Amino acid sequence: MQLIENANQEAVTRMLSADPVLIDVIPASEAIPALKDHMILHAGPPVAWADMCGPMQGAIAGIAVFEGWASDLEDAAAKAATGAFDFHPNHHFDAVGPMTGMTTLSQPLMVVENRTYKNRAYCALNEGLGKVMRFGGNDASVLARLAWLRDSFGPAVGRALRSGDGIPLKHLIARGLTMGDEMHQRNVACSGLLLRELAPALARTADDNDELAKALAFIGGNDQFFLNVAMAMGKSIMDPVRNIHGSSIVTAMCRNGTDFGIRVSGTGDTWFTAPVEMPEGLYFPGFTEADANPDMGDSTIVETIGLGGFAMGASPAVAGFVGAGAASEAGNFTRTMSEIAAGENPEWTIPAMDYLGVPTGIDIRLVLETGLAPTINTGIAHREPGVGQVGAGVVRAPMKCFEGALIALAESVGVK
Amino acid sequence: MPELTRYMEPTMENNKVTNLLTDPLDVINIGLEGFATELKQQGVAVTHVDWSPPAAGDPKIADLLSKLGT
Repeated sequence: MQLIENANQEAVTRMLSADPVLIDVIPASEAIPALKDHMILHAGPPVAWADMCGPMQGAIAGIAVFEGWASDLEDAAAKAATGAFDFHPNHHFDAVGPMTGMTTLSQPLMVVENRTYKNRAYCALNEGLGKVMRFGGNDASVLARLAWLRDSFGPAVGRALRSGDGIPLKHLIARGLTMGDEMHQRNVACSGLLLRELAPALARTADDNDELAKALAFIGGNDQFFLNVAMAMGKSIMDPVRNIHGSSIVTAMCRNGTDFGIRVSGTGDTWFTAPVEMPEGLYFPGFTEADANPDMGDSTIVETIGLGGFAMGASPAVAGFVGAGAASEAGNFTRTMSEIAAGENPEWTIPAMDYLGVPTGIDIRLVLETGLAPTINTGIAHREPGVGQVGAGVVRAPMKCFEGALIALAESVGVK
Repeated sequence: MPELTRYMEPTMENNKVTNLLTDPLDVINIGLEGFATELKQQGVAVTHVDWSPPAAGDPKIADLLSKLGT
């Protein structure tokens, strides 16, 4: 259908012409004026408190205590159950968040500006590994780290970024792909490249050497620090692709631990949801599949722009880490995802695959015709609140989301 | 039975068919993987093609896909 072909060409053009730049870190209250007291933004499509999984409820209880809206975790859970908090998806406010994806008033948010289309997208700072709120962690150590991010680290990175013209991300990603990152479960190269860009400005704008050292060590000691940057970048790239009449390109994929949701350009901001699936992967010592929570987080925005599971060929080390098979099989994931993409990205290429561009623009028609669901590299949270990450794996987007989207797209272009 | 007589003549085509029954097989299996697995267990060389009907055989989705084109 020519209408759809033309619309998809426009969608891919907008993706490829994006110019995402990391420009600031500011409190969520400044970044998102619509964010109010007692509002909690979460990962994935809309979900009610009663339907939330353990880690999501745990994170909400923790963030409510952190914001001073509850005296302790029990009080927070009781208040949540009686409707004291307003829950909304990050995606409804130009934002994304990893795993549980908590965004509230005082959280420091990274700001990525897409300079081609003049839009901005936001994501919280990565907290590091181990017991963290994004995996449902909510004890005193988790809240203390959040307070340091809010009071010291976030403002320091914001000052550093504002002292220059921001950090362009497109070329940084291109280099990261050549260094073995896929930007979902492996960000070690991009985290290092970002630190190289950021460190001089951090040093120039620091007012406390001890805090500067702590900030540098925090970034340098966290291989996944860049993930949240990649997510805000992904959101900034995909938002201008929304609402192209007739386009069958996916503009968002995300999950809340209960449901998986997608949005498609031609059907606007409607969510098409289905029960989320369990990741298949490898577990940290002492944990098994019985401990795992279903798939969760807005981080699938990374796959939506052709990275993560779509760029597995760039990152053979990740194939082993997520239990996806031998390193030599990593390229098969990228080749397979090319079958459901409208194009490829000539600027984000994979040297080991003869400079194949990452698959770009997930076409729901191709997903349904081939039966190939998008492959997602993901962390695995413990199913109980407060425990944290227990492994990493691969999960597929549920086909039912794409079926619902195709029916709605057909209606939108007058096809029955 | 003139037609049958003609098909039974030892032409090059017939030799190919006969050879199928005597030469080692190299099989391409499309769709259900179980057939490939069975043959592999018997030592037959098999290349499996992972294929399923569009929309996993759902007629409504398949109809929409044909109209919306890919």
